[in-house]
Amino acid sequence: MFSIDFLINALSLGSLYALIALGLVIVYGILKLVNFAYGELIMVGGYALFMLANLPALPWLVMALIAVTIAMLTSYLTERVAFRPVREKSLTAMLITSFAVSTLLQNAALLIVSSRSRAVQFPAIFSGSVRLGNVDIANRNILVIVTSSLLLFALTLLLKRTILGIALRAAADKFQMTRMLGVPANLIISVAFVISGLLAGVVSLFWIGRVGSVTPTIGLSPLLIAFVATVIGGMNSLEGAVVGGYLYGILFSIISLILPQNLLDYREAFMFSIVILILLFKPEGLIRGTYSGERVG
Amino acid sequence: MKTTTRLKSVITEHSTLFILITPLIIIALVTDLLDDTLTERIVITMFINLILVLGLQLFMGNGGILNFAHIGFMGIGAYASVIFSMTPQAKSIGLPDLYPILNPIQIPFLTALLLGGLIAAFCAAIISFPLMRLSDAAAVITSFALLVIIHVVLVHWDNITAGPQTLFGVDRYTDLWMSVIWGIGFIILAYWFKESSLGLKLRASRDDRYAAATIGVNMVIIRWIAFTLSAFMAGIAGGLWAHFITSFSPKAFYLTETFVILAMLVVGGPGSVSGAVVGTLIVSIVREGLRTIESAINIGQLLSSTLIGFAEVFLSIALIVILIFRPGGIMGGREIRWPKKNPLSKKNEDSASTTIS
Repeated sequence: MFSIDFLINALSLGSLYALIALGLVIVYGILKLVNFAYGELIMVGGYALFMLANLPALPWLVMALIAVTIAMLTSYLTERVAFRPVREKSLTAMLITSFAVSTLLQNAALLIVSSRSRAVQFPAIFSGSVRLGNVDIANRNILVIVTSSLLLFALTLLLKRTILGIALRAAADKFQMTRMLGVPANLIISVAFVISGLLAGVVSLFWIGRVGSVTPTIGLSPLLIAFVATVIGGMNSLEGAVVGGYLYGILFSIISLILPQNLLDYREAFMFSIVILILLFKPEGLIRGTYSGERVG
Repeated sequence: MKTTTRLKSVITEHSTLFILITPLIIIALVTDLLDDTLTERIVITMFINLILVLGLQLFMGNGGILNFAHIGFMGIGAYASVIFSMTPQAKSIGLPDLYPILNPIQIPFLTALLLGGLIAAFCAAIISFPLMRLSDAAAVITSFALLVIIHVVLVHWDNITAGPQTLFGVDRYTDLWMSVIWGIGFIILAYWFKESSLGLKLRASRDDRYAAATIGVNMVIIRWIAFTLSAFMAGIAGGLWAHFITSFSPKAFYLTETFVILAMLVVGGPGSVSGAVVGTLIVSIVREGLRTIESAINIGQLLSSTLIGFAEVFLSIALIVILIFRPGGIMGGREIRWPKKNPLSKKNEDSASTTIS
């Protein structure tokens, strides 16, 4: 049952989910904001790819880089224009803002492009496969695993070895204290949003690579995945998000394999019931951060 | 003489209710006199949205917790009431996979509507009890998860719903005055709840949950009552809407509608019943205006492509602007009141408000 083929598939799904979850948590850790507009950053990346493909031939890698940059820029702009002014107000105000930003970006895509899905071209390397022993392994899956490993490695270096990274982690831990020590809050929060946008951009390459096209509502499923993965792993630690992402990807593959078809329809409902149960009984998730969310009971 | 002064004092005490209800009745009367199908359609939709916003205000405004699941309970109320109000023949066409036991049951519309509301409230009561101790981000994610779960169940449980397909063949029972009466009734209910000791306790727990707990407020139970009541209102709104629109699919009870209702409440101000009413009125008017512009542009073919999403883009920008410059909404958490004439009572109120703030 668990062939190499299956393992690679599960691992690649897990890597992708880990990136998705990390992008959400990096902002949540600092602002305690569940960013509903996160999924739309993935959509923005996808539309950027679609539009760039219409321009005179650019190498695909350059297009991908531009798309990721646009996602980063969008993330930064949402922070600058929408989140920064409401940051001081209340958590609810910030959450509603993120919901509004999400609706804004979605409907802007509707308005500017179309509600119909747009096919996005990917280079041949994405659709090919390599033969390993007696199984075919899709290149796409290997690409996901390699890219996410590299990205996670680079991020770990950034967070552990640079002053910026240390400041980011300190801010996620105790924001007020970090500010008092002279770390500029605006800079740290902007950096968090930019990293979140970077991850969303990279995710958009692979997510749209799987689906093959982009629609205004494409961001919803990755957002839901990020919710599940971060809750499983622990909302207050970055490691937790990565672990939760991998775990969810693998769990999802197993569930898809063993559940009968008529129950498979309810897969999302099952996953979200698990989320609610975890939040009730083990709200800190698998990996406990230093600060656990407030809870009354 | 004594009764008239008493009546007068009741009216001045609860002037908010009269000030809120009078313009709504005028709107309804004008619509009735105009007898224009489109206007009537807009006004009925507005009153149904008003019920949803009031329900959301009851839990979110008084409890201070963002609730995304509200529209899910609207969906439950819609499907539940429809199952009981449709004729067996219509059901065998519209709901071919319905459980055979439910097929022959047909009860009058009002009882079906109430039953739909009660079923929504019952579901809410069972699901939400363990969730009410969660606050902040955990509460938001669970309510969002709940919306997704309800949506997935509505889409896939084709023994109860028509699955992802549109359900046809619902009889139209909801007319203008039906929606107006329910809307006004729920304004009174929401106002009563807010001013009652339950509402006061809930608001206390919103402002400082630890202080409230110290003086003996059982936050979990009170939140639970409010959540159930709010789901009942959503369920009734769903039933009214279903018997007004007569064909719908689970897609109607998802994020788009959630956004509209949330926008109405936030624009008006979640802290007060007046905010809910004002927000619903303003957003409804603006939205219809934008839609008219949108369709005028589309019909006139002023642009090369059809214009969609224009109203939503405008609304979300307006929402962000409101949150930046007036986070309490237009009403800022206050109720509209008739200014009190008695100088003594005004003085008392002033001193009371200064001591509180």
